[in-house]
Order: sequence, then C-alpha cells, then structure tokens
Amino acid sequence: MKRKLTAALLALGLAGTTAACGGSSGGGGDADAAAQARGEITVWLSNNAEEVAWGKQMVAAWNAAHADQKVTAQEIPAGKSSEEVIGAAITAGNAPCLIFNTSPASVSQFQKQGGLVALDSFPDGKSYLEERSGKVAEQYKSTDGKYYQLPWKANPVMIFYNKKAFAKAGIDTAKPPLATYDEFLATSRKLVAAKASKFAIYPAPSNEFYQPWFDFYPLFAAETGGKQLVADGKAQLASEEGKKVANFWRTLYAEKLASQEKYTGDSFADGTAAMAIVGPWAIASYKGKVEWGAVPVPTSAGKPAAETFTFSDAKNVAMYSACKNRGTAWDVLKFATSKEQDGKLLEGTGQMPLRDGVATAYPDYFAKNTAYQQFADQAARTVEVPNVANSITIWQTFRDAYSKSVIFGQEDPGAALDGAAQKIEQLAAQS
Amino acid sequence: MTRDTRGRGGGRGGGELATVLGKQPIGTAFVTPYVVFLAAVFAYPLVFAVYMSFHDYFFAAPGVVVDRPFVGFDNYAAVLSDPAVRRSFANIGIFLLINVPLTVVLSLLLAYALNAAIRWRTFFRVSYYVPYVTASVAVVGVWLFLFNSNGLVNTVLGPLAPDPSWLVNSNLAMPTVAIYVTWKQLGFFILLYLAALQNVSKDLYEAASMDGASRLKSFWNVTVPGVRPATTLVVLLATVTGANLFTEPYLLTGGGGPDGASASPVLIMYQRGIEQGNPDIGSAIGVLLVLGVLTLALIQRRLLDRES
Repeated sequence: MKRKLTAALLALGLAGTTAACGGSSGGGGDADAAAQARGEITVWLSNNAEEVAWGKQMVAAWNAAHADQKVTAQEIPAGKSSEEVIGAAITAGNAPCLIFNTSPASVSQFQKQGGLVALDSFPDGKSYLEERSGKVAEQYKSTDGKYYQLPWKANPVMIFYNKKAFAKAGIDTAKPPLATYDEFLATSRKLVAAKASKFAIYPAPSNEFYQPWFDFYPLFAAETGGKQLVADGKAQLASEEGKKVANFWRTLYAEKLASQEKYTGDSFADGTAAMAIVGPWAIASYKGKVEWGAVPVPTSAGKPAAETFTFSDAKNVAMYSACKNRGTAWDVLKFATSKEQDGKLLEGTGQMPLRDGVATAYPDYFAKNTAYQQFADQAARTVEVPNVANSITIWQTFRDAYSKSVIFGQEDPGAALDGAAQKIEQLAAQS
Repeated sequence: MTRDTRGRGGGRGGGELATVLGKQPIGTAFVTPYVVFLAAVFAYPLVFAVYMSFHDYFFAAPGVVVDRPFVGFDNYAAVLSDPAVRRSFANIGIFLLINVPLTVVLSLLLAYALNAAIRWRTFFRVSYYVPYVTASVAVVGVWLFLFNSNGLVNTVLGPLAPDPSWLVNSNLAMPTVAIYVTWKQLGFFILLYLAALQNVSKDLYEAASMDGASRLKSFWNVTVPGVRPATTLVVLLATVTGANLFTEPYLLTGGGGPDGASASPVLIMYQRGIEQGNPDIGSAIGVLLVLGVLTLALIQRRLLDRES
C-alpha cells in the first residue's frame, strides 16, 4: 500500500510538472490588437495613505469622463515587499494594467519575465515620456533601448538635521557645517559628545539589498558628480570616489557615531539620531515631532548645493503584459501623469513628480510650501539605480561586501569594494 | 488486530469496486482527501522544485516563450561553491546543536513541573504557551529591546555585557537566535510532553517510591523512558522547524547579520529564489536542505529507537 501511494504521489507530481511546463510556453497574445483595445482596466496603488488618496481622486476624475472605460484602483496586495507581489502576479498572469509603484531596480527582472509592455510600442510613447521628464528619462531606458517604465515621482534624499539637537551641541542651526566629510565628522562627534543625541546618524545597518540607497549611494552619486553604480557594464563603486565614501561611513561606524544595531522605529523622529538621510515624503511624518532643516549630502571637498547629486528614490509606473485593454491603459497613464495630476500628487504627498523643471512648474505650491523648494531643486540632480540585468543580485552583492567591511569592520573597505566590483561586472554582463 | 480482521472481511465481497478502491474502500475514501492535499501542497511543489533545480529556470508570464534548458548539476555546483550558502548551512548546524537539546530538556522539565499539583498551574501553562501563539514580528520587537547594547540584558550584566552586543556579534548572533526560538516554541513542546505525561502510569511512580527512589531517580528512571515516544517527536519537529528557520534571522538580526553570521539556508533561498529572481538556485538550496533534514531525521530516529 505504501509503495502504491508513493508511486501515485510521484506520478501526480510528475504529471503536474509536465502540465506546468507545457503551460508556460504556449500561445502569445496579439500585442498590436491589445495596444488599441479599450475597456475596463485595473490599476494598483502604493499602500501609503497619501498616495491612495491621490489615486482615488485620479481614478474618480478619469471615470467621470470615461464611463465606457472604467478604471478600478486597489492597493498592492500585502506581501513581504511590493516587488514580490508584482513578480508573483506576473507569473500568475493576473497583474493589473498599471502599477503606480514600480521600483526601477525590479524593472530588469520583470522585463526578463516578459511581464512588461514597452511604452515605445505606443506611437507617442517615447516622445511623451521624454518630453515630460527631460534628460532624466535616459536613466530609465532598458538595455535594449526601450522604455518599460514611465519615470513618475522622486524623493531626492538629503540630510535632515534636528535643529534642537544641533543647538544643544552648540552647532549653527541655520548653516550647519555638514558640507565636507571632515565637517560632517566633526559635527557628528560634537553631537554625540554633547549628548545631544545618542548617535549622529542612524542609517539602517541591516542587510537588505535596498539599504545602500540610503547610506552609500546618495554620497556616491554626489562624490562622482552623478555616476551610477554600474555604467557601460563597468562597476563604478571601487573607484577612488567610491572608496572615499566607504571610508567616510567606516569612520562613522568605527567611532560609534552611527549604530551597527537594528532600530525599531524612526531614530530621527525619536531623537535617537540627530540626522537622517531621507526624502521629502518624510516631512509630513516629522511634523510636530522634530524641528528639522535639510542640506545636501556631504562630499569630500564640499561641493555647492547646485552641483550636488543624490539618489532619486523614484517610484515609476509600468504597464504589465497581462493587460488586455492597453489603449485605455496608455491613456490613463498619460492622464495620471499630466501636469494637473502631477500637481495634485505634489500637493497631496510632497513627492516630486519626475517632470522636467518641476521647481518652476508649480510656483504657487512652492511659494506656500517653502520647505519643499530645495527638494524640487535637488530633483534635477538625481541618480537612479542602474537599469541592468541582475539588478537586485548586484545590490545584494554590494550590500554584503559593504556590511562586512564598512558596518562591521571585518575587512578593509577598499578590498571589499574591489571584490564586489569584480562580481558585479560578471552579473551585469549576464543577459 | 481486530480492525485488521474486519477490514479483510469487508474487502472480500467488493468485486470490481474492490479492484478500483482496493481491499479497504472505506479506508481509501477516508485517506483520499489527505492524499490529494499532500499531493497538491507537498508532493507537487517538491517534485517541481527538483525539476527547477536541474534547469536554467525563472518565472515568466503565461504565454511568454522562454528557454529553460536542462543544466544538469550546474545549479548545485553554483550553490555549493557559494560561500554564503555554505555558511548558512554551518549556521543552521550551530542553531540545531543549541536549539534541539535545549528544547528537549527545558520542555520536559517544565512539563514535569507543570504536571505536578502546583499553585497557579493554569497561569503558568498559559504563560509558556503565549509566546508560541504570538506573532513573531511582535515578539522580535521585544527581544530587540532586551538584547540591544543598552537593553535590559546588558544593563543587568553590566561590565560582563558582550561587545559588540548579542545580535551584532558574529559569535553570539546565532546562539541568541537559537535561544529565542527555543523560548518561543517551548509552549508547544511542553504541551506535547504534558500529553505524554498523562500516559505514564502512576503505579510506576508508586513502585519507584516504595523501592526508595528519590524524586530525581524517579524522574530519570520512570518519566524519561515513559515519554520517549514524545521525545522522538519533539526532536524530529524541533529539527524540521529549526532547519526551516527564516523569520528570526530576517527580522531579529536584520537579514542574517552581522555579515551573514545568522543567515539560514531558507533566508538565502528567499533572497536568491524570490528577491533576485533565481528560483533554480533557490530550488537547489531547498533540495539540499530537504536531503540534509531527512538524513538528520533518519540518524536521530535510529539513535532514539536504539536507545528504546
């Protein structure tokens, strides 16, 4: 009986395997017909309250004018991360038409899965995208030269500082000395010595692949004058500039000005750290908790603000290949990223639409909300993650090396970056 | 024995039905739903994982034609030559060496104590069970506060506190995770032992007492052998659940830190297979883990059976 049962289970398993393999290789839809098709579509929104509110009004405005092409919006289903949920939806064939929260780092993977629609396939796709975003759009092009994502909004990260903590340590709160590495380190030492805060700054020391975007990468972008981690297949991180950035962070960890331990909560809002690297989305969450100021990320020589680059922390919109009514989806995408809707996004969330000249496009808003003006200026000088094969693996490889050397000091940072650069180039070369 | 005889009798007159459903049609009917469940939820994914591990496999959208060639043992070679994977298997070995014996000893001792007529018995039983039914995310938060450099544990230890602290110390991170998991799962294993203790005859304790055995000797010579089947189960379950460790290194040590010292095979499997989109590599790690756990379980079974 036992043997029969085992044989039956194996047979069933093998049959299932065969069925699954067969299922994934057949067919193929008529892409041209789909590009023209119109009708009902579904879109997914990020699950933060401000963006959901923006999405709801956008959908309501669309539906009011297009009764025959109804849009249904929902938040991205819960999962460990949005990217996992989207990846699973692509595989299952039930991804929505548009997702207003597509991470640029995941685009190469989704593209490999056959889950994305090239926006160039629409007659005005390329021109719309490039006119709206300007030269920033170039960073979002895939290796095959096509656009699989529309650059939507950025959260250019800057150094936030707690004015009360700075005042307690006797540091100028209007123009704090944070431009060069030496100034930043001296200020950090003062803050901790004066017990103005337990740590000067507290980037998450955990090992997730995306954590470099909030410690190493903004400073690397600034130090290199706007280079990506990988350019033309070559890893840039082990350059002289990359090593300067790594050594700067190593000093902060070695002197316990930054913590190696995971923090539950917001260390900046709680007052545990006097500085943080975040984008304008966080401003609303600091209201009433921290009296803050913001400056560009430091560079070794102290570049002027107008020349300092940073990480964009962008989230984009992509169209997914499971979409049947792509004609409607393209129209909705243009409607949702129109100047009017971008203005509403800015008003509702404080995040910067990836629109050419955003700082001058909404003068009334920035006149009323002066705190956001510097982020709009910074949005013109942002660096995105490189759009290359194995993007997530590349970032994890980098994080492992950085974590070992910079955060925990178990290897020389320069040697660790050299080793990581070699592996990263091999990964980027794979198709 | 009685059931067996009746079953044979029932099967004789079955005719064609008996050919299709076997000699025990009612038994088959009862078993079928579980067999289907087992096939769909365990057997199929396992066989599919083995298939993926021998191919250059990645998940693709339905209808997309992709090439997934057979690659033999390439994925296994890649996995075995990956220092992070090798380290994760070594880490889980350390984890099991601490977690399994500690689980057996503590749960048996506590179950023995809770089985005695002590005051607040129900309160204690519930107290030990609460961590088991509480979401790991919530409990992890408490442990982070307890074990960080300024936490309660280090405050109590004073100058004896380790530096770097527990969860960011390469030598202590995995043992701390093992102790955390032991504590969290203890309630479930105490429950198993409590059930087993109900089956140990009171006559044996009385006989031991009349022979002049102390409480310790009575525990060693009556209780321990009396709950041996439960011990086999506890060892097996602790090994299987321990080998599948994921949540704790993911949340408690920030993704297997410091520098991979607490990374588990399942965490690496998640990173490679799901996050990085290489399910073929993830599957190869999974298959190796299954083989490792089966081997370990077999050895444990042999050892425990021999002792009994």
